[in-house]
Amino acid sequence: MSTSALVGETYRRRLIVFYIPLFLFVFAMLFPFFWMLITSIKTDAELYNRRISPFLVRDPTLEHWRMLFQDTLFLQWTWNTLWVATVSTGISLFAGVLGGYALARLTFRGSTVFSVWIFITYLVPPALLFIPLTGVMSFFGLVDSRVSLMFAYPTFLVPFCIWLLIGYFQTIPKELEECARIDGATRVQAMVKIVLPLAVPGILSAGIFAFTLSWNEFLYALVFLSSPENKTVPVGVTGELILGDVFFWGPLMAGALFGSVPVAIVYSFFVEHYVSGMTGAVKG
Amino acid sequence: MAETTAKTAATTRESASRTAEKSRTSWITTQLENERVLGYVLLTPAFLLIIVFIAYPFALGTWMALTDKVVGQPGNFIGLANFAKLLDSDIFRTAAWNTVFFTVVATAIKAALGMWLAVLLNRKFSLSRVTRAAVLLPFIVPTVLSTLVWLWMLDGTFSVFNWILRWLWDMEISVFGLVIKEDFGYIRGPNWLGEPSWAMGSIIMANVWRGLPFFAISFLAALQTVPSELYDAADIDGASGWRKFWHVTLPMIKPVAIVVVVFSFVVTFADFQLVYVLTRGGPHNSTHLLATLAYQLSMHAGNLGEGAAAALFMVPLLFVVIVLQLTYLRRIGVD
Repeated sequence: MSTSALVGETYRRRLIVFYIPLFLFVFAMLFPFFWMLITSIKTDAELYNRRISPFLVRDPTLEHWRMLFQDTLFLQWTWNTLWVATVSTGISLFAGVLGGYALARLTFRGSTVFSVWIFITYLVPPALLFIPLTGVMSFFGLVDSRVSLMFAYPTFLVPFCIWLLIGYFQTIPKELEECARIDGATRVQAMVKIVLPLAVPGILSAGIFAFTLSWNEFLYALVFLSSPENKTVPVGVTGELILGDVFFWGPLMAGALFGSVPVAIVYSFFVEHYVSGMTGAVKG
Repeated sequence: MAETTAKTAATTRESASRTAEKSRTSWITTQLENERVLGYVLLTPAFLLIIVFIAYPFALGTWMALTDKVVGQPGNFIGLANFAKLLDSDIFRTAAWNTVFFTVVATAIKAALGMWLAVLLNRKFSLSRVTRAAVLLPFIVPTVLSTLVWLWMLDGTFSVFNWILRWLWDMEISVFGLVIKEDFGYIRGPNWLGEPSWAMGSIIMANVWRGLPFFAISFLAALQTVPSELYDAADIDGASGWRKFWHVTLPMIKPVAIVVVVFSFVVTFADFQLVYVLTRGGPHNSTHLLATLAYQLSMHAGNLGEGAAAALFMVPLLFVVIVLQLTYLRRIGVD
């Protein structure tokens, strides 16, 4: 709000309309993470005793963490997820940068139609495609294979990247490219040497966002993968740490915590890029 | 401009003459100078991916929905029997209603709270950057993993919310010296996930928690584009804070707000993970959404045809949203 609105605002009023609501929002947003953490370091005896306060940790233990890393394939799942997320982000950026450039900069027959189709595919949810895609993957011999995800994730990442990058390429002045072409550069050279370096912030935003989307994906990974050693973190933690009706809450919460840490780290380094990717994704 | 064209033409001619004497690589270079050729070449990777992994599966899914295909066997064409069977089943009708209810209610709450949070975050205060980053956390961590925490916090026996309720109950709050509590015995608190309406409420709560940051941060980005002169002018006219929000802020950020709401609508509509983790559609199939029902029919029961048909019921609504978005985007494009 403008500064003049704050002039004369009493501290008491500011407390009621601003600090208290903001505190409650932040508290509500962060409380589940706090809960993850303290659940993962309590002993089973404390976890399953309803008479004592669940907010205190009387006897902190790293037993659940040890169990997560030693008795489950958690590290393997992390590796799988990292690998799948990196490759699918790479594929998507490659197809997205080229496609985004073509649709933003070149005029050719069918470009408008293609933009509309990109937009439509952008809105197609995985829930609509997972059943037939299972058939397509087995046709390619990719049953229970991490490679299947590397091709499945670009289905929602490529439209996203193209959409985001069209917007970004349009902010780069066309004159720069024209100058390069006057100096004798070919179209491809102008694109690779002039436009792409300028588009790095946009490409980075698309990449960060695509990476976190792939890290978090669940449905395709759940349907396509069956052996424990091929699973990604979200599927491994929910699938292998819940046996029938038995929930191992300590290791489960440790898994939730450590499955969130890598994306949280990537995010903390690139908050600004992540935010511009997110807001750019809806602005188009 | 004419000079540019002349020079471009000169460049093209130059490279064309080079082609004549040089190898195939320069023939490719010349071809790529053609805007049309280059456009098609650059779009090829995206095009192939979309055809093989989106368009073809979509067609295949539509075909499967018209067959009685089960896992491991080729299906026979049965027309619209799957759709008829679904429309006739209570579980499907509940799932379809749940999907609409869940999407509308959750999106409305997220939009309202998100706007409030965005307005709060738009003020100047110390630690504002850290606060913004922290508020986004629920949105960036894997949904299933954060939903597991909700599953634990809403546990039938060990729910922390119910622990707090019991604790408040035991405090014996008194008003004017009268203890308002009578001994009703041991208070249990709601059965969050075990009772249909509480379960739907819990699912909405978890969805709001996860989706709220997206709204708040998108709205915040839009708020920051509103010129402060408008507020100064409103101040001169003596407008109150609420009126300024209603008559200045809201109209200014409407274009972004609409796109955000529609986008979230599509994502919420097709949600799978929340229900899968929290209730698996239970109790008694009362909380299924179209996505989880399609999963249960196809992957658990093995009826791929029926599952594909259930998933296809998402198309009409998606179609409406896409048409709305496209016409809306076109309109702002024209302006």
